[in-house]
Amino acid sequence: MSPQNSKSEVGHLRRIAVVWVVVSVVADLLFWFLVGPHVPPGRMTETAINNQRTFNILFVIALPVLIGVWVYLGYAATVWSAKRDGAPESVGGEAARTNQKAQVWWMSVTSVIVILLAVYGFYAVVVEHGSGGGEGPNPVWSPEGAIQAETAALGGGSSWTPGHVLVVQVIGQQWKFTYRYPGFGGFESDQLILPNHTTIAFNVTSLDVIHSFWAYQLSVKADANPQVNNVAYTETKQLGSFVVRCSELCGLWHGSMFNDGRIVSQSDFTNWATSTQTANAANTAHLPPFAWTYVPDANGASGGFYPDGTFTPYSPSEIYGAKSPAS
Amino acid sequence: MTISAERPTEVVVPSAAPPSTGGISRTPRSGWLSQHLGTAIIAAILGYAFGHWLGNYVSSGYTYVVTSGQNSTADALGLLFGVFGWLLGIGALNHPMAKLVGREGVEDAPVEGWSKYFRYTLDHKVVGMQYVVGVLLFLFTGGLLAMAIRTELLNPTTHVFAPDTYIKIVSEHGTMMMMMATSIIVGPLGNYLVPLMIGSRRMAFPRIEAFSFWIFVAGYMVIFSALPYGGFPTGWTGYAPLQTQAGPGMVSYLLGFAVIGLGMMAAGFNIAITIINYRAPGMTWSRLPIFAWSMLATAALLTLATPVLVAGGLFGLLDKTVETAFYVTEHGGSSYLWQNLFWFFGHPEVYIMALPGFGIVFEIMPVFTRKPLFAYKVAAAGMVGVALLSFFVWQHHLFQSGINPDMRPLFMLTTELISIPTGFIFLVGMGTLYKAKIRYEVPMLFCMALFFNFLIGGVTGVFLSDVPVNVTVHGGFFVLSHFHYTIMGGLLFAFMAGLYFWLPKMTGRMMNSRIGKWHFWTMFIFFNLTFFPMFIIGLAGQPRRVFTYAKNLQVLNDFSSISAFLLGASFLLFFANLMWSMFISPVKAPANPWDSLGLEWQTATPVPPYNFERIPVIMTDPYRYSEVGAPAFADLGDHTPARSSASGSDQT
Repeated sequence: MSPQNSKSEVGHLRRIAVVWVVVSVVADLLFWFLVGPHVPPGRMTETAINNQRTFNILFVIALPVLIGVWVYLGYAATVWSAKRDGAPESVGGEAARTNQKAQVWWMSVTSVIVILLAVYGFYAVVVEHGSGGGEGPNPVWSPEGAIQAETAALGGGSSWTPGHVLVVQVIGQQWKFTYRYPGFGGFESDQLILPNHTTIAFNVTSLDVIHSFWAYQLSVKADANPQVNNVAYTETKQLGSFVVRCSELCGLWHGSMFNDGRIVSQSDFTNWATSTQTANAANTAHLPPFAWTYVPDANGASGGFYPDGTFTPYSPSEIYGAKSPAS
Repeated sequence: MTISAERPTEVVVPSAAPPSTGGISRTPRSGWLSQHLGTAIIAAILGYAFGHWLGNYVSSGYTYVVTSGQNSTADALGLLFGVFGWLLGIGALNHPMAKLVGREGVEDAPVEGWSKYFRYTLDHKVVGMQYVVGVLLFLFTGGLLAMAIRTELLNPTTHVFAPDTYIKIVSEHGTMMMMMATSIIVGPLGNYLVPLMIGSRRMAFPRIEAFSFWIFVAGYMVIFSALPYGGFPTGWTGYAPLQTQAGPGMVSYLLGFAVIGLGMMAAGFNIAITIINYRAPGMTWSRLPIFAWSMLATAALLTLATPVLVAGGLFGLLDKTVETAFYVTEHGGSSYLWQNLFWFFGHPEVYIMALPGFGIVFEIMPVFTRKPLFAYKVAAAGMVGVALLSFFVWQHHLFQSGINPDMRPLFMLTTELISIPTGFIFLVGMGTLYKAKIRYEVPMLFCMALFFNFLIGGVTGVFLSDVPVNVTVHGGFFVLSHFHYTIMGGLLFAFMAGLYFWLPKMTGRMMNSRIGKWHFWTMFIFFNLTFFPMFIIGLAGQPRRVFTYAKNLQVLNDFSSISAFLLGASFLLFFANLMWSMFISPVKAPANPWDSLGLEWQTATPVPPYNFERIPVIMTDPYRYSEVGAPAFADLGDHTPARSSASGSDQT
């Protein structure tokens, strides 16, 4: 490579680098301070705050990558076009085929970024108790007191007091979510009311097909699988209402499977829960005993999708001739 | 210009006699008496009728069949025998059946004229052209369904379709597009170009190749049959137990994937063996055109990942027909099983739909930059690396499912590691552009656009791979936009680049460059305007596959829908260009319109039946564009070796 060639090489790369650094720094700062605080899912829970921060960190790393490639492509497209006056310097021979230094740099930088991201993600998942995602029936990373609360809930004799983990069961079925509160006699409600400043243990299951419980502003998402208890944790931080949507295609009315939930103060929550427990007592007596999963009978989810009892096209229970008892 | 092509004397140049395909040849019978598309259709209808009758005969006594009025066994057997009849009618089974009874297979001699495109033809160039028509049929059917989806999403409360119609449209769109995308480059360009690029006269297994195309068409018909059967409500992912619950359209889905899967395995197997064993003398692994490398990596994925899908589909069919319980949790099965099987195929599938695009772009870029491909070995290593890693990431689709939660960090790591070999791809692309002399012909524009689009697709993929961020973006419009950016923004743009680039070779006719540029700019702009807002829609909380959404997202959805209609119009422009340039006002293509050094351009157009007069001898590396006096890529044996560099003269 001639000296003149290497000089112009530096010229090109320096120009690209200057534009890249300037644009990246400006874009990153604008994003972090202007957009970042408003990025979904907001700041309503501990997991939402953490996940928003993770998103913003990823974005601040991603922006320079995007801008770098775009600046380079734009520069190449304009400067190294065959249409421009004066032939651009030619890159011939071995120099055009490969460049050991560029390769090593590129691979090292991408590898370091990728591994750092993976390490940070690992840290976030472990420290933030699954980051609000479904952790299966036996969560490996759970907040303090959660396992005891869940064990007590299954025993039936639990009662919730402020300052403790609140266990809420989310039951998905075509096409609605209902919620059971084992800390208040196991009543079932189609309202999701949560106390503020409380660790919540969502236990998500389904009666029929796979749904996904997505409490958007809480940054909680856990698939509702039939006969699987999928646990997700969060800690409430702000009063207000949030949206619950089904995030896994579950059939005809999947798009309409949503409702609102509310975070209220701890005393308001206790009032609501105890009064609902009393009001629903007659209904609760007819519910199956509180359990992590429920096996539907023939008029339930697996075969009879129409609760009026008419026979439906595909009913394993009918075929096998026995009703499984609701456990 | 000096050419230092020394011809190695020790290489024995084979004779020009056409290679035998192993069967006894006979003169063609007159058109209507032999086997062709018409006989295939008749046999398929007869097969369907027989299968349906058989299914009813064996299973109509069951209580659930009587009371429900639905007989999945009859539907499944009908489609199965329909496919069998189709293959029988087209002649795909003649040879195996003859061998089965110990006789030599009898082949019709090659047919001349246009009717060969409607037959079971063993010429890889004919199969390639057949695939062009086949994938475009798939693409336009799926595209029309996409237009229907965007129409419904114009308004959150006023509906064009009933919810069940809508969900069936979504499912059919997704499934058709995924099936099409597995073959969109491997089928047409892979089959057509691989033998030409590696200097071979034929594919390794011409019958398997023709089989892969005709079963691909059968797959199209099977998945299309879901619509008259009443559709299926599961999306392209087909999750059980919704799958178990669904009506007869689900049979079409399960069998359709199994049928397409057989074609994918056959195509992959054939291409891999061809590249490994049929390279011309002198074509070492480091001289292999990069497109052939991408085909090899893709073929490995097709061959190794697809069997899992076929098996998963057959389990589902058994659940629906003979009442097994693979996916029925109440009876000892597991709904997780389908998710695992499906995504174990489904993630390599994603790279089946990415690698061919990289191959096309790398093959085309040196031609239009007049430079060698930068870091050829890194490009090949990147593609092989992506292919290998793709088998270790599938559970990132199941981060929130509750399956193996303690494995999430591992799958997060493996998924993010894929960014490294994918990064190689960008290094190679950017290095090739460095100080280039870029000619902005239509294929090059599509190549440049791929890097723009795929970058967005790739970077958003990192967001999806991060478990905490995944909580928000999983199952929403964010992921939807992400994979449209990689598959449509990557693969489909590469396919268009490939068509504009190689159709002159395949048909001898140039695509109109003026309409081509209009097509490119409309497609590029409206693609981005359609899908970029979907990232925001997704972050704002709209799940996938919904027919109603939050009122405050209507502006963004409408923007996306209107852009999508214009994107659809851009495809009409492409179709118009295709019709205009190929049939209405064809312009004869020069022998080498882009001044490529590629071997495929050194043989005559139209390509002779056996590709090369003599087997070429490869003399050097490909892509030595900017080197004055570089040796010719290949010695074609006719003492007029390919010239070294088209741009050599203006580089003095």
